[in-house]
Amino acid sequence: MMKTEQDSRRAQRRAAMAVLAQSEAADISARLSAMALPDHKTLREPENGLVMVRGRVGGDGISFNLGEATVSRSAVLLSTGQVGFGYTLGRDHEKAQMIALCDAMAQSDAFADAVEQEVIAPLRTAMIARRSQMAAETAATRVDFYTMVRGEG
Amino acid sequence: MYVAVKGGERAIENAHRLLAHERRGDREVPELTLAQIYEQLALGVDRVMAEGSLYDRELAALAIKQARGDLIEAIFLVRAFRATLPRFGATEPVDTGRMQIRRRISSTFKDIPGGQILGPTFDYTHRLLDPQLAEGFVPEVPATGEVSEAEMPRVTDILGRDGLIEPSPQAEPDAPVGDLTREPLSFPADRDLRLQNLARADEGFLLALGYSTQRGYGRNHPFAGEIRFGEVEVEFFAEDAGFAVPLGAIALTECQMVNQFKGSATEAPCFTRGYGLAFGQSERKTMSMALVDRSLRARELGEEVRAPAQDEEFVMSHSDNVQATGFVEHLKLPHYVDFQSELGLLRRLRQEFAEANASEPLQEAAE
Repeated sequence: MMKTEQDSRRAQRRAAMAVLAQSEAADISARLSAMALPDHKTLREPENGLVMVRGRVGGDGISFNLGEATVSRSAVLLSTGQVGFGYTLGRDHEKAQMIALCDAMAQSDAFADAVEQEVIAPLRTAMIARRSQMAAETAATRVDFYTMVRGEG
Repeated sequence: MYVAVKGGERAIENAHRLLAHERRGDREVPELTLAQIYEQLALGVDRVMAEGSLYDRELAALAIKQARGDLIEAIFLVRAFRATLPRFGATEPVDTGRMQIRRRISSTFKDIPGGQILGPTFDYTHRLLDPQLAEGFVPEVPATGEVSEAEMPRVTDILGRDGLIEPSPQAEPDAPVGDLTREPLSFPADRDLRLQNLARADEGFLLALGYSTQRGYGRNHPFAGEIRFGEVEVEFFAEDAGFAVPLGAIALTECQMVNQFKGSATEAPCFTRGYGLAFGQSERKTMSMALVDRSLRARELGEEVRAPAQDEEFVMSHSDNVQATGFVEHLKLPHYVDFQSELGLLRRLRQEFAEANASEPLQEAAE
């Protein structure tokens, strides 16, 4: 049972990280500054580095190295002991730190609901809206084929 | 022997100062911002990311600005920058099957599940210069359509279900992945290394090689099975967190070429494949890459290796425009001593020639 609980919390953390990594730093910052934050300190100073992005031959075959991407990462420790990790594409230290703080809060019984409701959920709604808009614009360029009958047949 | 020659420091310093001035251009004209470059010259930025082998739109824009629009110089700058950062590791392989599609077309099947989606494309434009764009043009907002929930399987997966196309090569999940930024290139090179090389290869070089295969130099009868462009989420297994953390999404273009079939006494004939994948919206690049990937499989598929595009050593050793420009452009650096020795030799040879033909005196034009 413990295992499942851990898995589901991990899935939640991953889902939250996905939303945060795809949100603008300014939007995360605006959400965070509107809520009460727990005591915390930086466990790992934010640092920039690279990850090698891998693809698969044919989309589903053996892996190959496509090229690198910049990444910023950080880790935050709450005074109650939870350690949060922040990873994001790009070179924005502050964003990595905010993601780490959110991840730490997501593991704390006292803050998990608040960070989900006040930060993650609205950012997720905005992300879905952006994607839906893009999907609708793309859908308008779908080709509808029709057959023209020529001559008298 | 090398003889150190000093001097030129002030000239170099002033030349760089002049370069900075020329880069800025007329100071009455507003300066370009990085956002203007990555928003409005997005495909140039994509090319610098693909060939600079570094996904970072803002850095690519900065490189283009610094290089005054010289994309190979910008690629050089990006490559040099990446050497300054530590590498945290490699991502999980991206799943292009779960791409948020912005464009997806097939030239092999009209009615593919999910449909033909043109997206933002130059195709079907008339290639007439548009004077409206010269200033102050405000485009219409994009049309919107009904979003279909239908899956968009890769065309190669559809063909694969009936065994009509060879499967993608498979390996153990933990099999090592070759990395030409870490180990020197040696031949023969496996497909992982070849694709890494092609992914960062010069677009013009790949385009010419791909074109050469179409014109008969290593013909392999290609069809564009599918081209797709869109955003794919990237995940990285973070040791500290203990699981794969999402990093965000990157734009990728993928091209699946479907090529002439192979078969044998023991295997039913099936189509073969060439694969292209690159950062950003890079359609010409990925199409060329897929053509060259397929032609470089000649040895594996038992085809005769006769054309340049089938020769992996030739292709992989000349595809990198940073290496190529380094060697070509080094010719403009001082070679005074080398040249003096060549000049001395030439004068001696000419003198010997003149003495041997003393009956017909040679006119020394420029002694």
